[in-house]
Amino acid sequence: MDKMPRWADVVLIPLISLFLAFVASGLVVLAIGENPIQAITVMVKGALGSTSGLGYTLYYATNYMFTGLAVAVAFHARMFNIGGEGQAAIAGVGATLVILAFDWPHWALALPFAILGAAVFGGFWAAVPAYLQAKRGSHIVITTIMFNFIAAAVMGFLLNGVLKNPNTQNAETVKFPAGAHLPTAHEFLAPLGIDFSKSAPLNISFLLALLCAFLVWFLLWRTRLGYSIRAFGQSEKGAKYAGISAFKIIMISMFISGALAGMLSINVVMGEQERLIKEFVEGAGFVGIAVALMGRNHPVGIILASILFGMLTQGGFELLWEMPNISKEVVLVIQGMIILFTGALDYMVRGPVEKLFLRMKKGA
Amino acid sequence: MSNTQSMERQETAAPAIELVGISKAFGPVQANKDISLSVARGSIHGIVGENGAGKSTLMSILYGFYKADAGEIYIGGKKTPIPDSSAAIAAGIGMVHQHFKLVENFTVLENVILGMEDGPMLRPSLAKARKLLQRLADEYELSVDPDALVENLSVGHQQRVEILKALYRKADILILDEPTGVLTPAEADHLFRILQGLKEQGKTIILITHKLREIMEITDTVSVMRRGEMTATVKTADTSPEQLAELMVGRKVLLEIDKKPATPGADILEIKNLEVTDEKGVKRVKDISLEVRAGEILGIAGVSGNGQTELLEVLGGYMPASGTILINGTEIDLTGKHSDGQSRRARGIAHVPEDRQAEGLIMDFAAWENMIFGYQNDPAYNKNALMMDNTAIRKETAAKMERFDVRPPIPSLQAKNFSGGNQQKIVLAREIERNPDLLLVGQPTRGVDIGAIEFIHKRIVELRDEGKAILLVSVELEEILSLSDRILVMFDGHIMGERDPDKTDEKELGMLMAGMETNGGEH
Amino acid sequence: MDTANFFLQALLTADMTIRVSVVLIFACLAGLFSERAGIFDIGLEGKMLISAFFTAAVSYQTGYIWYGVAAGIAASMVFALIHGVASITFRGNQLISGVAINFLASGLTVVIGHAWFKKGGLTPPLSDAERFHEITLPFADALRDVPILGPIYADVISGHKLLVYVAMLIVPLTWWLLYRTRFGLRLRAVGENPASVDTAGVSVVRYRYAAVLIAGVLCGLGGAYLSTSQGAAFGKEMTAGRGFIALAALIFAKWRPWYALMACLLFGFLEAISNLFPNINVFGLFEIPVQFTQALPYILTVVILAGFVGKAIPPRAGGEPYVKER
Repeated sequence: MDKMPRWADVVLIPLISLFLAFVASGLVVLAIGENPIQAITVMVKGALGSTSGLGYTLYYATNYMFTGLAVAVAFHARMFNIGGEGQAAIAGVGATLVILAFDWPHWALALPFAILGAAVFGGFWAAVPAYLQAKRGSHIVITTIMFNFIAAAVMGFLLNGVLKNPNTQNAETVKFPAGAHLPTAHEFLAPLGIDFSKSAPLNISFLLALLCAFLVWFLLWRTRLGYSIRAFGQSEKGAKYAGISAFKIIMISMFISGALAGMLSINVVMGEQERLIKEFVEGAGFVGIAVALMGRNHPVGIILASILFGMLTQGGFELLWEMPNISKEVVLVIQGMIILFTGALDYMVRGPVEKLFLRMKKGA
Repeated sequence: MSNTQSMERQETAAPAIELVGISKAFGPVQANKDISLSVARGSIHGIVGENGAGKSTLMSILYGFYKADAGEIYIGGKKTPIPDSSAAIAAGIGMVHQHFKLVENFTVLENVILGMEDGPMLRPSLAKARKLLQRLADEYELSVDPDALVENLSVGHQQRVEILKALYRKADILILDEPTGVLTPAEADHLFRILQGLKEQGKTIILITHKLREIMEITDTVSVMRRGEMTATVKTADTSPEQLAELMVGRKVLLEIDKKPATPGADILEIKNLEVTDEKGVKRVKDISLEVRAGEILGIAGVSGNGQTELLEVLGGYMPASGTILINGTEIDLTGKHSDGQSRRARGIAHVPEDRQAEGLIMDFAAWENMIFGYQNDPAYNKNALMMDNTAIRKETAAKMERFDVRPPIPSLQAKNFSGGNQQKIVLAREIERNPDLLLVGQPTRGVDIGAIEFIHKRIVELRDEGKAILLVSVELEEILSLSDRILVMFDGHIMGERDPDKTDEKELGMLMAGMETNGGEH
Repeated sequence: MDTANFFLQALLTADMTIRVSVVLIFACLAGLFSERAGIFDIGLEGKMLISAFFTAAVSYQTGYIWYGVAAGIAASMVFALIHGVASITFRGNQLISGVAINFLASGLTVVIGHAWFKKGGLTPPLSDAERFHEITLPFADALRDVPILGPIYADVISGHKLLVYVAMLIVPLTWWLLYRTRFGLRLRAVGENPASVDTAGVSVVRYRYAAVLIAGVLCGLGGAYLSTSQGAAFGKEMTAGRGFIALAALIFAKWRPWYALMACLLFGFLEAISNLFPNINVFGLFEIPVQFTQALPYILTVVILAGFVGKAIPPRAGGEPYVKER
């Protein structure tokens, strides 16, 4: 019999964990002599109080949606993919190669091919650890961490060498052709009469992220491949009984995972930077883990969690201005607390809540 | 005999172990019900019973793994509470587990002294242990190479390490849980010699087994457990295998199923010289052959762990094997690309697995998702190459749930929220309505309430009457007797014999299940 | 280049190798204890980082290096305890816990650091008194003129900071503890088959906590070294992935102490090479890109894990919370 109603499992416990994480973070802020309530207010205002803030928030949220979906898809197959950082970086190379190959006349033409390039490269970077796990039993967590570092080295090598823009000192490529420029929110909404911030890098990739969320939902809950992925992730023995191939599932789920992480490069490299630089992922791969945990590995939860984390990131920058005593790294503290409470300390919350429901049942 | 002499004799006659009124429940299941037992010092006492009789629970209580809900334990006449394993060890109880608790990449010596080291430095402890081990080896014929890595030892030798561990801790009472399951007959004989030697040194031994040969061969006294109760304790010399078998399986009123006699047709399933070896290299199925014809139910009786599970797994497609298996006259792949669950289903084999929770169902999936488990690639369930037809599946699930009286008939309810019986009905609905040529059924009514049992039995017989072949594996003799048209008994990976359910009874089957040859019956 | 020059370069490289390997050795041994008891620890990075910060901060604040080291070790142990509670008592996912620890360390070090010193996360540079000094081993100067062996002794072996020698000594100490004591036997058993220890009446939980706390101490030493010996202050993210290199070294070393020392020296050597000789010419044919040398530790680890250079079997009960069998 169920220990507690479904809503408690999916909504209540994450909310309690989230609350505890914020309380713990608030205590840290208090400890350094600042007012946590004030800090939160500043952050929220900075994240949502202007179109510029909103734009940045959703721009960051876009990144987190991609990496969060990536972690979630792999998680449904019981694979813990920590390699989002590396997969997104290598995907950037793929997208760049495609974009720089032609003088694209229009972004609507460049985009699908760039997506393809990013997906293939990102998927490949995840497929190698997947193969090693499936065929040789190499623990995927360790291999994906290693591949993150190898990716960083590869990026450094390429951007200081073959892909380097000869006209500058920096390790970066030449600027992308104008035809590959993705419309920003400002450009998109202006014809509709909406005056959206010009500076915010929010671009059409945001819609791509939402599309990906839908596609992930469709894959997992509407196709037989998704069915098989979820069944395998739930029960290895059951998968054997049903004749579901472990190798197939591991390879496919990780490839999709890497491809999703790779979409981040569309947002940042194609959408904002318009050239390939070395450190464009900036930890989003790890935030994806927190987002997937908070969002309970479901696309809807991930979208919500991504927006929350986007708010945190943008709010953190705003803190720099208004409360200079608190570094923007406080966001890392909050993220760490969320990962700790929703991920590792799950039973600490779950235990008492279960007991409470049991007692309520007995009393009734 | 003078009075003082008989009094002395009485004083030294305190039993090594006395259990009084031990009871233990796990939720609604009463694993041990008011058990009382007395084992004399320097004797070998057997505890016999089928699966689920409660033997392992009782021994776990004695070894401190579980705490009894009620009752007391007396060791050597003294009341001894045993809250954990260290208390058991302190009381002189040593246990040789069915699944060894050894560290594979430690040496024999290191395993023996683990937890009993003589001080913080290892060197002196190891030196002392080496000497003691040599002494024990000489005394009891328990020789093992002290510096060998456990993972390089044969299973028989690994078991010796377990025994040495107990003796090193100065155990006076040794409990062995199904010790011969992984031994060759020669190794088993050697083990018995060792036990005899221990007994002569005044040790008390409790042997848990379902094999009557062992009981008759080396025990002095034997207790029979059935369904959580101790049904009898007798002197081995005063009893016989027949009597023990009867006590073990009991004479119960059969759940009579109203069934017409079978009219079997062609061979649907033919198995020739099947051999299955598990990952540890132990042979689990030893050269068996059998057939199942259309329109008949072949029941395979036997205590769990004698190869039936492996047989089902091979037929179900998730264990490799050697030998020949034919379905409808054509061979099926036993080790290659087409030896998986999907290929088996394509050949017309449906499978109701023994462990519905770990294999047959995905507990967190809804009932409708479970209703297509294993058949998700069927075009009937898919709208097109991309999408599944969830609406159709849900509708079909609702209909199936009605036909099989699954309660509550809610397709969106998660499998874990159904009772055992209803979970099983979901699996049955799924597998039976595939209209398979061969239906494999393992433990169909384990953990299922009475009302559902009757329903499930009826549906199985109905399938038979439609001309399908059914292979039924069950540890429940009543189920085997009432459902089967023919019965095979498996013991130790072999088929002990075939019997006609109308011409045999539980006693005879019980004997075969316990490894005893019988005279009479058909052959 | 001629032999004298080559010899000099070799000495320089050897000296630097030792110096940069120390952090790896501390972290690697920390991971060794933890994983040998069955607790995966990918939070080595975070523990070293928090220790590096507190060591530098408290050293500066109090003027005494040893107060700093104590503070650093204490901070690392607190984080280790969090990991322990999450993994052992609450049977949570050990990998997620490790990731959380890294995030927390990255954030807290800068937040606290900036609030304390107002330098955006940096701690003020430590004066000589607040750091470790070089230790000249006996007769180093006198022996320097002895051909070949003299300079090796005087420049490579002697003249390191205290924690370097501590690290070198902890390797045999670890070996001894794991393989020659009762504690070590039980610890290793807990990581291979906790049931074997449990049925022998010994507490699995106690040994796991002990391992986790030892890891905390060792990471504390590693972090302390980083900010006071290898550097002279704390800087944001100064561990720079060394915690993960140490993990790679641990796997490469197949979880054995002496192999761990060699693996850390090897990876330290690679770091030294990429620092001293960014462009290596192979037979005049092509240059080895510096990124390749940087990536080599990670590539080697993957190769090991894939089983191409012998099997790398982790402690069998690693990563799984221990639940009594029913």
